[in-house]
Amino acid sequence: MSSAILWMPLAFGLVGLFLPKRAVGWWAVLGAVVTLGLAIAVAIGFDSGSSALQYAVDEPWISGLGVDYSLGIDGLNLFLILLTAVLWTGGVAFAAFREQERPTTFYFLMLVAETATLGSFLAQDLLLFVLFFDLMLVPFYFLFGAWGHDRSAEGGLTASAATLKMIVYTLIGSLLMLVAAIATAVLAADGGHLTFSIAALSEHGLTEGSQRWIFWFFAAAFLVKMPAFLLHGWMPDAYRAAPLPALAVFSGVLAKVGAYGFLRVVLPLFPDATVEFQEVILVIALASILYGSVMAFTQTNVRLIAGYSSVAQLGFITAGIFALSADGADGAVLQMVNHGLVVAPLFVIVAILAERTGSEDIREMGGMALRAPVLAALFLIVALATLAMPGSANFVGEFYILNGLFEAKIVFACIAISGVAMSAYYALRLYQQTMHNRLPSVQNQGLLSREIGVRDGLVLVPLVLCIVGLALYPQLILERTAPTVDKQVAAVSGGDSPEAQLAKK
Amino acid sequence: MNFHEPHIDYAGISPVIALTVGLCVVLLSAVFKPLRRSAPILTMLTLGVTAGLLIWQWDDPKTLITGALRLDDLAISISLIAILMAAFCVVLSIRERATEEAGSGEYHALLLGSVMGMVLLAQATNLVSFFVALEMLSIPLYILCATNLRREGSLESGLKYLIVGSIGSATLLYGMAFLYGGTGATNFAGIADGIVRNGLDGDPLILIGIAMAAVGLAFKTSIAPFHQWTPDVYQGAPTPITAFMAVATKAAAFAVFLRFFDVALGSQLDSWQPALAALAAISIVVGNVGALGQDSLKRMLGYSGVAQAGYMLGGVVVLSDAGTSSVVFYLAAYAFMNLAAFAVIVGRERETIYGDDIRAVRGLGVERPLLAWPLTISMLALAGLPATAGFIGKLYLIEALVEGDYTWLAVFIAVGTMISLAYYLRVVAAMWMGPEGESVTGATPVIAGASPEADPVDPEAGRRWYIVGPALFAAAATVFFGIVPQPLVEFASHAGASLFG
Repeated sequence: MSSAILWMPLAFGLVGLFLPKRAVGWWAVLGAVVTLGLAIAVAIGFDSGSSALQYAVDEPWISGLGVDYSLGIDGLNLFLILLTAVLWTGGVAFAAFREQERPTTFYFLMLVAETATLGSFLAQDLLLFVLFFDLMLVPFYFLFGAWGHDRSAEGGLTASAATLKMIVYTLIGSLLMLVAAIATAVLAADGGHLTFSIAALSEHGLTEGSQRWIFWFFAAAFLVKMPAFLLHGWMPDAYRAAPLPALAVFSGVLAKVGAYGFLRVVLPLFPDATVEFQEVILVIALASILYGSVMAFTQTNVRLIAGYSSVAQLGFITAGIFALSADGADGAVLQMVNHGLVVAPLFVIVAILAERTGSEDIREMGGMALRAPVLAALFLIVALATLAMPGSANFVGEFYILNGLFEAKIVFACIAISGVAMSAYYALRLYQQTMHNRLPSVQNQGLLSREIGVRDGLVLVPLVLCIVGLALYPQLILERTAPTVDKQVAAVSGGDSPEAQLAKK
Repeated sequence: MNFHEPHIDYAGISPVIALTVGLCVVLLSAVFKPLRRSAPILTMLTLGVTAGLLIWQWDDPKTLITGALRLDDLAISISLIAILMAAFCVVLSIRERATEEAGSGEYHALLLGSVMGMVLLAQATNLVSFFVALEMLSIPLYILCATNLRREGSLESGLKYLIVGSIGSATLLYGMAFLYGGTGATNFAGIADGIVRNGLDGDPLILIGIAMAAVGLAFKTSIAPFHQWTPDVYQGAPTPITAFMAVATKAAAFAVFLRFFDVALGSQLDSWQPALAALAAISIVVGNVGALGQDSLKRMLGYSGVAQAGYMLGGVVVLSDAGTSSVVFYLAAYAFMNLAAFAVIVGRERETIYGDDIRAVRGLGVERPLLAWPLTISMLALAGLPATAGFIGKLYLIEALVEGDYTWLAVFIAVGTMISLAYYLRVVAAMWMGPEGESVTGATPVIAGASPEADPVDPEAGRRWYIVGPALFAAAATVFFGIVPQPLVEFASHAGASLFG
């Protein structure tokens, strides 16, 4: 089952290469939907009480090098897989409703990207994880570079330069991570049987000295991917260049792989170093929250507002993980899903707005609410979820994170809380400027309807329904993730057993 | 006086016999008019028979000619890589100007001569056979580089290679003399014994010998700072020859590098290990930085070859089975990656006016997808991205390095790879993300009466089977061994285990 989910998009992508150009878009949608169906089937059959791996596959892949083809699903990745499947369905469908240049290659790359992303979530072998983590970048390199927008006229970079910058930034981390992953396995084996299995490695602790440098090699890869403050240099250029359907999934899912990596790999494998560098990472996380928020309410480009708000949100998630308490990590996982569900529709709305107003600058948009009430209503839900309005799942997530952080490091929590206030400002500013603020230039157009069509509604409404659904019942995620997440955290903090934590809830 | 008839293992030397016979036949075929066009076919036949004979000897290590040669799995695997490259060189040479100018029979005979040098060098376990094989490999290559008789660049390339190669050989020979002087033996095993027996551990005589031998081999494998000839020679030589030289020479030289340092000089590990590690690190940095901003694709691949040699030298440094296996694996992967790139360059050289300049591949993604995909895969593989053999090769090397306590060198490989992305992806970007609508195929030269060499030879070259076929095959192999690496890993680990077995 795990393998079926993983390879389904790629299989559809390969077949799509031989289809006529008109059909390939819908074929890709079908592939994404089938994958989503499989993911839902897995989620229904998932045993929520257990923290063990389910649907596990474990075959030797390169036996000479100790690498296994090992996949599995547990509470940690279940909803991230579901999120991936949902967002890709949305992103591919959104693209299929529009004309694409060179569609065959475009959809092939989109589906390859889905397989690579699912692979990095499913992998239970450290090297397989690194492999998929690096592989994710390749399709996005082509998608951003060849279908992206050239911003050199606006003082930005050309699409290929922006993507090259992104690749170099992210691969700096990933290649060091490859060395670190191999070092982890070799040092743990100590001349014995070499294995990259994450479960097996977490039983052989490394010495504190080697944990230290290996921790930073992994952290570099994950923090760049998020991106965290000081390592976010690639983000503005890449976000401005990217084609929107690809950007929606990129921002919605790929950033989470970094956060997921901390929980999956760093916490269980390098517990001593995690405790030692807890405060350093927390400082980076807080800096991301503050910097991301401030930048988000000074930018005027809609893509960048969303991009910088992601930096802030990912800062929250990192802070939740590195609170090293069960609450913080539970909240972090919930928030990963929430943020993915919020940011992807945001980019879809940006795309729709840009098509209608011909601009991605909020100063040139405005007054849309009157002429597109449905779009405005959908956007309002997304915006309120972004600012973590009480009643939304984002509120629950942030609450858990802050709760965990208060228990662990009260000073950091006090600063982090300011991020909540700032998120209200940038989310509402974005909504007001685009929907309410009536510009003289737009007013002349009278009451011409700019409502979204049924086709875009088909993409947007299900995504918004997911947000609403989770707002009503966030326990859906919390119940299933808590046993595994708490186990990951307990490995570091040595605190309560997972069962005791669960009983407390 | 008794005369003992020497025991000759004909099975063991059969590959060399086959090559010799083939070489003579190919050379003579040029003399007889009806056979004149058959040189490529005869060459392929010879290569095929040799490969078959080598595979027949697989997993049956034997010492030949009183210890001058040793035919083990390492030698066989390296020879097979060289033969593979030679076979593709023959295919890519179809309708190449150089073969017509220099004479098809001579061109192919020289190629076979060089292959024979490589097959012998991969087996050499004696200073004499080592040196003879090295020269046997090099001298035909000096000439082959200059076979584009009417192009100044090609002649320059041949001359440059001759001079620099001779300096390398001379240095190596001088180093060998020191080792022989110290130990009184020419056999690798005898040298190892002699060092211990004569109490030469750390003796200046031996150290000078080691240093000069290392420098000589570094010239041949284009390890920085002895790489200066590489970009010039690669750029000037006919492209099929560049492709052959880039991989096959490196493979054969690394085989003897492994044997010489690990078998003969294994006891002097402490003195050469840090030095070779430093050379590897310098090579990685110099090669990758040098390749940045190169507009000529062949020059770029030349510098990238310097960096890749640095990666592979890491496998020699650690002196372990894993290290040897990783070098063999990397060489095999490197053969496929380079082949795909060079096949595309040959095609574009013939159908555009830009030669091997990066402009020649602009817009290739739309115009010639069957060439664009192989070149893309090749660049991504050389950069070590996953799902290609290049990734597994790096993984193998890094694993060997970390196991051998050379983690810092592994970090160098990672850093070097990052730098390399900038120039590999530049090629990819030119193919897929370049300004559109500008077709470069068959365009007329800007200057009227420009040299005929710049004219496109064949505006349809990008569709010919002998260009597209090798490119697609090599790209498919690169991806295949990236996803199913197990067969190649087993092949390499066999070769690695045979060095000391």
